[in-house]
Amino acid sequence: MSDVFLFLSAGLASAVEFVEALTIVLAVGLTRQWRSTLIGVAAAAAALGVGVAIFGAALVAFVPLDALRLVVGGFLLVFGLQWVRKAVLRAAGRKALHDEDAIFARERDEAAQHAVVAQGMDWYAFTVSFKGVFLEGAEVAFIVVTFGTNAKNIPLAALGSLVAAVLVIGAGVLLHKPLAAVPENTLKFAVGLMLTTFGAFWAGEGLGVSWPGEDLAILGLLAVFVVAAWLAVWAVRPRPSIRPTPTRLRPEAGD
Amino acid sequence: MRYAEAFFHFWYDFLIGDEWRIAAGIVIVLLLTAAAVHGVSARAAGGVVLAGVLLVEAYALWKAVGGKG
Repeated sequence: MSDVFLFLSAGLASAVEFVEALTIVLAVGLTRQWRSTLIGVAAAAAALGVGVAIFGAALVAFVPLDALRLVVGGFLLVFGLQWVRKAVLRAAGRKALHDEDAIFARERDEAAQHAVVAQGMDWYAFTVSFKGVFLEGAEVAFIVVTFGTNAKNIPLAALGSLVAAVLVIGAGVLLHKPLAAVPENTLKFAVGLMLTTFGAFWAGEGLGVSWPGEDLAILGLLAVFVVAAWLAVWAVRPRPSIRPTPTRLRPEAGD
Repeated sequence: MRYAEAFFHFWYDFLIGDEWRIAAGIVIVLLLTAAAVHGVSARAAGGVVLAGVLLVEAYALWKAVGGKG
């Protein structure tokens, strides 16, 4: 049961971030120079890999499990509730949907404004692709390490992330354009609810809460959060009689 | 100085996000849960986590759609 959730949570969270990173990499690579862009991607992946190895080993070796569960559970709750809040607002029509095509066009236009370097290292392409992959990947790395450590199964969390990477990058290579058709808000909704569920469960365990049914309580928590989110979408949907509030925001990379 | 600011902003965005009330609310919920574990019962404290998380999310959504307070 926990293994399935672990694999799905790590995989879904990774897929969302990989879609966003892919958009940036494609925009820079297609507009400027693929070699420097891909070196930037490789450098970011290496930096994340080193960070995960050091951070993961240190967590396992030095931090007591209850303290780890409390701190990680707390952060997962904050991440999860942020994701659910944005997903509810988007589903209710209060916030613009994440538009990978629009983000791709913006990144491509920005990249085209700088002089293209035909030969040698294009530092603009390197920097933008490194930054995009590193920032989007940092959240994935955090989730893989903390989920894996808490569930005592880092390899399974890493496998979920790896499968997501293969699927997203494979689709990107085949299509050669951003994955605008991916139902990103639905994915973010699901990931936010999973992060919130695991966060509540682990933070509670770290504080000494005795959950009824032990691991089965995860299913109960998830069910309650799903129903609450569904009710929240209904509750915040603009009504015809109510003047719409000016809270629509422009979609941004990483948002 | 600019690097220090950028470093602070990165970690603030990463850990707190764009709605600080959620992070503040979770800290309060976890403190109340700890108090419930020691003062009431370990089983009842699970209800504090659940109710607290739902209240924090409801408050954050209420603020997002223009709620005052």
